[in-house]
Parts: sequence; structure tokens; C-alpha cells
Amino acid sequence: MTMQQPELEIEQLEILSFLQRHSPFQELSGEEQRHLARQIDISYFRAGTTILEYNAPLTALYVIRSGVVETFRRNGDLYNRLSEGGIFGEQGLLRGKKVRFPAKALADTLIYLIPAQAFEQLFDQNEFFADYVEVGDAERRAEPRIGKAENHQLMSAKVTELIQRPAIMLPSNASIKAAALAMRAAGESCLLLTHPATPELIAGLITDRDLRNRVVAAALDPELPVSTIMTEQLVTVQANQFVFEAMLLMLRHNLHHLPVLTQQTPIGVIAIADMIRHESNNSLFIVSSIYQQQTVADLAQLQTAVQACFVRMVNEDANSQMIGSAMATIGRSFKQRLLELAEQRLGPPPIPYCFLALGSMARDEQLIVTDQDNALILDNRYDANLHDAYFAELAAFVCNGLAQCGYPLCSGHIMATNPQWRQPLRVWQHYFNDWLTQPTPEKLLQSNIFFDLDGVWGKTEWATQLNQQIVNTAPRSKLFLASMTRNALLRTPPLGFFQDFVMEEDGRQNDSLNIKRRGTAPMADLLRVYALSLGIDARSSYQRLTELTKRQLLPKGRAEDLRDAYEVIAMTRIRHQAAALQHKHVPDNNVRPAHLSEFERKHLKAAFLVLANAQKFLKFHFQA
Amino acid sequence: MLYLGATPLPRSAPNWPHRFAQLAAQSRVPLLQNYYATGMVSAQTPLVDAPLMALDLETTGLDPRCHGIVSIGIVPLTTTRIFSSEAKQWLVKPRFQLTSSSVKIHRITDSALEHAPDLLEVLPEFLAAIAGKVLIVHCADIERQFLAAAMQVRLQESIYFPVIDTMAIEAQWHRKTPMSLWQRLRKRQAVSIRLAASRARYGLPPYLPHHAVTDAMACAELFIAQVAHRYDTTTPLGSLWT
Repeated sequence: MTMQQPELEIEQLEILSFLQRHSPFQELSGEEQRHLARQIDISYFRAGTTILEYNAPLTALYVIRSGVVETFRRNGDLYNRLSEGGIFGEQGLLRGKKVRFPAKALADTLIYLIPAQAFEQLFDQNEFFADYVEVGDAERRAEPRIGKAENHQLMSAKVTELIQRPAIMLPSNASIKAAALAMRAAGESCLLLTHPATPELIAGLITDRDLRNRVVAAALDPELPVSTIMTEQLVTVQANQFVFEAMLLMLRHNLHHLPVLTQQTPIGVIAIADMIRHESNNSLFIVSSIYQQQTVADLAQLQTAVQACFVRMVNEDANSQMIGSAMATIGRSFKQRLLELAEQRLGPPPIPYCFLALGSMARDEQLIVTDQDNALILDNRYDANLHDAYFAELAAFVCNGLAQCGYPLCSGHIMATNPQWRQPLRVWQHYFNDWLTQPTPEKLLQSNIFFDLDGVWGKTEWATQLNQQIVNTAPRSKLFLASMTRNALLRTPPLGFFQDFVMEEDGRQNDSLNIKRRGTAPMADLLRVYALSLGIDARSSYQRLTELTKRQLLPKGRAEDLRDAYEVIAMTRIRHQAAALQHKHVPDNNVRPAHLSEFERKHLKAAFLVLANAQKFLKFHFQA
Repeated sequence: MLYLGATPLPRSAPNWPHRFAQLAAQSRVPLLQNYYATGMVSAQTPLVDAPLMALDLETTGLDPRCHGIVSIGIVPLTTTRIFSSEAKQWLVKPRFQLTSSSVKIHRITDSALEHAPDLLEVLPEFLAAIAGKVLIVHCADIERQFLAAAMQVRLQESIYFPVIDTMAIEAQWHRKTPMSLWQRLRKRQAVSIRLAASRARYGLPPYLPHHAVTDAMACAELFIAQVAHRYDTTTPLGSLWT
């Protein structure tokens, strides 16, 4: 008998539609999805039952269709908590097809099983899939780039990015006076005029210059319709064209204003000034303009430019090192300019001094949300009665100035305004000697930040001297290193994410995560301890990592893993702040998992794991 | 496996192996003779060892006398795993006209069925697939009556087979006692034992209904969830089948 029924393409419709909704399956081709859907079998586990036992043979990748599953380490510690769309068993499939992380159903759970062979085939043939499941491989874990439509290189910026505000428009039969009033009210130098009959189409444009040349100079009656003086036959640009195309148009036609349309509808006007502003959102421009400002108020106005530069670097796919060092350079320039202004005001200093940057600025990895941490080293001839008034005033001027420029005062009072941190060189040498040779964790908790130190103004060689003292003493001081290690382990990364929550080791869940306190800061702490133990003079986390890699202190591959993990964590923090700025929110360090993509969470979780392991290794290393 | 302890078989539990032997001898249709001759496991077989097959029929309506089958979906399973990768579906052309309301439900149109074969043509393959299997369905009456009617029309003989009804299992747990007057006065809704509502009670996801394989899978999932929650894999088949 013949089987001529029209064949439905696939019968496992529910499985297919599930695959189409979840990573890493939704990224597969339609053919791959259908092929996969046909191979899947199904299992069910009641809440509380074991799904996988340690070391049992593993024959499939487990995909959660519904329910909640927890996976565990061999010692019983919680490893991960997963819900719909979550996958587990991939580590075991990649390593000997034995269960590595036992799994238990926390709620009634329906599992889709992808046979090992189908898993391997996808792993071999689909790079995205391989990247997604194989998070242990350092190279693949590097920066996630999914979800970015394009690379915003300088040449690929679109015209829309230049539009500051919606176009102001009037019908062309309005009077010249009405047009001038509208321009004054909006503070615009240019006005679009629409056809009275079809207000969505533009008829022409007038500018300040037209009012001068064609109205005032020609003694024209301002009650006439504005259409008598408007420029018609406009050159326009489409919103999705590139900035450089707009620039060429303006040059070719000698235009100062260019209307921007989406299809026929005007959405704004760009002026030459907008182009210049666009180009000027780069760090070199900002640094040079910092030195041109004459007052603190003028300097404070540059804040928006700094933020725009930060956002732009993020959008142009700069890495965290580039962004961190650009921001540190800008921060340093603010300090230097403020010191110049202070000396202009207070007169030359009575004795030489050195102004210090501490913490992230000294490490060349400053971001947008950053306290000011600074200090003053004074010449050894310092006499409090003679000199303190001057330096107290200088410090107050600089610190308050920085606060106005967007660097809030340090809540821990690690600033030159604090007399404890405004001392002659010999006192500083004594401080460091005390920290290095008679350390306690409590003492070092406060002074931690002084071990990232950089001279930014004046006798910077004194800063070098202090750094030399640290490098010479630290590697030999076991107690110091142990105390530093203990402090470095106080802040730990979270375990990972569950749905829209941050998962802690003890299973607690929070809806946000302080990415600095739980990520970049413990990472910097960890690298500082290693650098100090080896007498490495480098201060940026990147340089410290490079030195660590060279000296092969860490097991093979670990330093590279740390580098990738650092980048993932730092970029998450940077992107979070850039997004806040773009949405006109106050940037902070509190990342909400709900705002991260599934892909970002996966990478971040892997990075946290690398950090947590490195912390364990550090503890073991220095017997803290 | 020896099982004659904790859960005594219901007195009314049918003896399907015996019945199949009788039917094989009585049947005049070779197709059905073969089907019955494959035999059936005994009522004492523990669930874990039972050969199971989830079945769903999509029909043009609810009355087997004037509505026909348009598709058949089957999915083999055990109490711990559903072999959706071995699911099968047949589209068949009913001998009754499709109604617009049934088209709306199954999304299967006349044109899709235009080249579909008559059920008679797919019977050998279908019967071979379910031979020796205990069928799992949600609402056994529909499947039993429609298959019986379709066989009667085409082979002039009915068909009998063992079924575990997931709806009856839900009814047993949720409708043990009729609602009291008080409950009826308070307009307390009886617990729904429809497929989607039953699935939700076991934490199973909503599936888009009225596609034969999807419904068979949905029913299979419900069944293994029922076993996980309410029974034991050593529970004998005889306490569940009818």
C-alpha cells in the first residue's frame, strides 16, 4: 500500500517552537532547528528528585522545558540554578561523557534531551553553539559581541546621532515676525517651513542669516509671509545616511544647515556646529580643552563632554583598557589644571610638593562613577606653622574643584584635605614602613588604596621613591602579603544568575549586583597582591596581568583566563554606565540581571567563576 | 517481576492478554488478526516494564457517527522517557465533509487533505505501530469510539485495545466524591480535568493544542508526571488500564 499522505514538515512542533525561543538554539538555522527538534526526547522529574548523579554516564544534553533545576559541585556546594531554557550536562558531555555537576529538580521539571551525538554534531559545526556551551575555553569566552548591529567606527556613525532635538517647524504662510519669534523661543538659528496644505512636507528653510540679509538689511516688512524670504529647493539628507555623507553634502553646497528627513518627513536639522561637536567628543579634544579653561565653573561645564566621550568610546567598541586609560588621563588633566589654577590664585608654593593620585586613576582604569582619591607629599622642610595654611587651601581648592567637575568627594576622606594624608615625605615613608613591616588586616583595609599610587603634579619623583620602597619591601614581608590577601578575599563574586536575579553561594537571590564591589574591585585587589608579592612596579591591572603571565606564577592558562574575565566584568560595568548616560539616568555600579542578555549573563557568570577560583588560589598561595 | 502485594488489582480489571487471544481467534479480518496475535502484556506487568504508546486523534467533530478522523498522532514512551524523536503522524481523508469549525480547530484544511489517503491505507502501518502496546490517551472514550466506528465502516469489524486514560486518573484524584450541596451553592468550580488544566497541576508547560502529535506528547508527559507523583514504577498495569 502506498503512503502518499502530504508530509508535514515536522511533527515536533512544540519542541521546534521552544528551540526557536531560546539560546543557543534560536541562533541555529531553520534547518538545524528542525533537525534537532526531531532528535529530542523528553523526561519529567518531580520536585526534589535527583536528575543526574555524579560520575554517572551522560548520554544527552539536558534542556529545561519547564521547572527549576539546581546543579552542584562534588562537595555539595550549589553550582547553578536554572529555569526554562537553561541547559546542563554540557560540561560532562565535553569531558568524558560523565556527569560532572549532579543535578536535582527544585520544582516539577520537564526536560528536553538532546542526544550526545546531536550535541557533538552541533558543537563541531556551529560556532555560536560551541561558544555558548563551552565557556571554559578562554579564547571563546572573550568579549561577547552579539546584539550589536554594527561597529560604530568614526566613519560609520549615522546622521541621526547628530540630531540634538526635534526640528521646529512653522507653515510657510506664517509671518516673518512669527518665524523670528519661534526661533527665539526655541533658541534655534534655523527654522523649517512646511507647505500650508500638507504640513508633513517641507517647503523651505530660513536661518538667522536670512533674517539679517533678506529682512533687516533689505528693510522688508516683517508682517509678510515667511515664504517670501525662505530658501527653497533644499538639499537634504536621510536620517540613515552616514555623518561623512552629510559632511560632504554641506561642503559641496556650502551649507551651514542641513535638514534631516526620514523619507519625506523632516525630523531635524543639523548644523556645522553639530559636526564639530561630534568630532570633539574624543578624549584628546577634551584634554586639550581642559587646559584652556580659566575657572572651575568652566571646567565643570566639560563634564557633559567627558560623558559623551565615554559613551562614544563604548559605542565604538573600545576595550576597557582604552576607556579606562582615556578616563584616567582626563581625570589627571582636571587635577593638573585645577592645581595650576590654585597656584595662580594662592601664589607659588612655599615649599615643593607632589600631588598624588590613588586607586583607579593611579591604575589607569578610571570610569565615570568614581570618587576622588588623592593625597599630598610635602617637602621634608615642611613646618606646619609656616606652610600648612597654604597647602590646606590648595587641597581644598582642588578637591572641591574636582567635586564640581564630577568626581565626588571620597567618603573615606582619602583626600589631600585630610591632614593625615597631607604630610612630608619622611612621614609618608614612615607610614609605608609601618604598613609593610607591622601589618594587620585592619590597618591595611584603610591603606589598601595607597598601594596604587601615582604622582600627577610637582615632585613626582617622590611618588616614584615611595613606589620603590613598596616594591623593595613587600615581597619579603610574609605577614603583609597574608594581611593583604585576607582583605582581598573580603569581597567575593556572586555565584551566577537565576532568571532575573543574582544568585549567591548560599542560594539567596538579589535583583541587582554592585559590579564594582563584587567584580572589578576584588579583581584589582587580587592582582595587587600578586604584583606586590613579586615586586612588580606596574600599577594597571593589565600590566600586572602581563607581568604575572610572564613569570608563570599561576598555573598554565589561568592568567589568560583572568584577563578575559577582567575584560568581561569591566565591560559589563562600563556598558551599564554608558547605557545610564544615554538614557539620562545617573550612572552607578548596580547592574540588574534583568537588563543583561542571556549571552551576557552566561559570560559574566563564567568570569565570576574564574575570579572565584583565582581567589581560592590566592588564599592557598599566601596561606591567609 | 513479582508483584502481588501492596496494590491489589481492581476486581473489574480486564484480562487483556486473554481477551486478545480470543479476539485473534474470532476476527475475520487479517489485519486485525495480526494485531491481536501480537499479544498483550499481563496485568501484573509493572508500569516501568510496560510497552506504552500515547495516542491522539483529531476529528471533524465529537460524534463518531457523523464525524471522521483527520489525523492520528502517536508517541512511544516508558514511565521515564518519552521518545518524541519516534513520534509519527498520519493525515487521513475523512469520509465526511470537513466543517469550517473543525478546520478552525485543527488548522487542517480541505486542500491539505486533498491528497491524504483514506484511513484504510494507513491502517497496516498504524496497527503495526500500536501492536503489543498499551495506549495512553486523554479521554479514552473518544479514541475508542472513533477508532471502533472507523474500523466498522471500513472492515465491518470493531477494534478493542487496552487504554490508560490520563483524564480518568485525574478524575479519580480530583472527583472522588461528588460536590456537596454547599459547594454547589457556593458555585465552587469542579477541578478541571481537561488536558491543559491537568498538565498545569504537574508543572507542565502549555502546548498549542489540536495537533495530533503535540496532543499525544502532551498526554504522554501528563502520564509520566502522574506516575512520578501518584504511583510507583512498580505499580501493576492492571490497576490503571481499562
